[in-house]
Amino acid sequence: MIRVVLPPHLRTLSRAGSEVQLDVVGPVTQRSVLDALEARYPMLRGTIRDHVSLQRRPFLRFFACAEDWSNEPLDTPYPAAIASGEEPLLIVGAIAGG
Amino acid sequence: MSKVRVLVGTRKGAFLLTADGKRQDWEVSGPHFAGWEMYHLKGSPVDPNRIYASQTSGWFGQIIQRSDDGGKTWFQPGTPPGEPTTGPEGMPKGESNKFVYDTSAESGKPLTTHLWYDGTQHPWEFKRVWHLEPSHHDPDTVYAGVEDAALFKSADGGVTWRELPGLRGHGTGPQWQPGAGGMCLHTVIIDKKNPQRIYIAISAAGAFRTDDGGQTWKPINRGLRSQFIPDPNAEIGHCVHHVALHPSRPDVLFMQKHWDVMRSDNAGDQWHEVSGNLPTDFGFVIDVHAHDPETIYVVPIKSDGEHFPLDGKLRVYRSKSGGNEWQELAKGLPEKDCYVNVLRDAMAVDQLDKCGVYFGTTGGQVYCSPDAGDSWAPIVRDLPAVLSVEVQTLP
Repeated sequence: MIRVVLPPHLRTLSRAGSEVQLDVVGPVTQRSVLDALEARYPMLRGTIRDHVSLQRRPFLRFFACAEDWSNEPLDTPYPAAIASGEEPLLIVGAIAGG
Repeated sequence: MSKVRVLVGTRKGAFLLTADGKRQDWEVSGPHFAGWEMYHLKGSPVDPNRIYASQTSGWFGQIIQRSDDGGKTWFQPGTPPGEPTTGPEGMPKGESNKFVYDTSAESGKPLTTHLWYDGTQHPWEFKRVWHLEPSHHDPDTVYAGVEDAALFKSADGGVTWRELPGLRGHGTGPQWQPGAGGMCLHTVIIDKKNPQRIYIAISAAGAFRTDDGGQTWKPINRGLRSQFIPDPNAEIGHCVHHVALHPSRPDVLFMQKHWDVMRSDNAGDQWHEVSGNLPTDFGFVIDVHAHDPETIYVVPIKSDGEHFPLDGKLRVYRSKSGGNEWQELAKGLPEKDCYVNVLRDAMAVDQLDKCGVYFGTTGGQVYCSPDAGDSWAPIVRDLPAVLSVEVQTLP
């Protein structure tokens, strides 16, 4: 079971709490975590990554164990603490605009 | 007694303003979708309780919302009411948020690049829905004008969307380029008498028309002149800000271009300028009186570099002669220190006997004139910046 923290607008949209718990099959990567998140909350498709290209939306970033993993390849395994659920994966809206 | 419902999209949510036919006492509902940019909301002419809304965000992308009860409740039509949902907790399917450009060769010749700011070619990238235009005849049919510029259609109440690729594929696409606000398809007008005829406008490409329901398109920009483009008389490259028509005369079009107010009497085949005595012919909005097709309204803005009214005085100008001769409308509008803008989709008219005119400002005011522009009063003063205003006239 891994843990994901969503930004506030996506909590409203998904009607989920601030932190969701997901079962991820296989290596815990950006791709597999978002696949599991979108399977559980289908209305989040397109809000975190593009529907087709699966590229991260530019103003969103992913933090794991206090490090920015936003630009890592989609299939790079996250740290063990994320895979074990000890630490949550943070999905954060970048600071921009007013 | 009839009543009106004003649908207001703002930078930080949507608001519904309702009043009876006197249009004096208003109820304000909202913010709906607080914190999100609500680019446009529009009700179906067939079923006024059916309202479509474009909810968008630079962070989280595009969401399509729908109400079937006049805006009391909303849902993502990816999961229509009564249908089984996919998730264990009844989650919307999200399909209604999917706008994917057509790439199939057999559906036309969808182009994959347009002109970029630096003169190079750039691929189309979906950003948001600027305008939703429901059909005059079917509440489940609705068109979406999007950025980067393309026209999408849903025939199932917004559940799924497909591009009408003939527009991008007709040949001029590589010459289209973004204006300051992006390369957006912001105006969609369906001919009420002939639904096969649709007008659209794109910044900065120009206006286009289809006569076969969107399969084929032609540019309709002859007569437009724009300084600072390589060929000022070019048929493509004009920054059209908005187009309006009266449903009874679908061949007569009025346009607020970047600069210049224009008119066409032959469905856009030829345009001529009708700026006349306007103090400045820059602006964004233009609309037509509900009952007099020769009465039109604009809000002059100082210039392309200074997007606010002249001398700090907010003014609407009305022409009762279809242009050229304009009358300043000032009663009830700010006399000084007003430096707001009125964006392209932020003016509308109601259908009551004494036509009401409405507009919203980037300062968060929504003004109503219940007497066709003779006098104005703010309905609300302190909303977030207003992006769009539409009005429904209800029994």
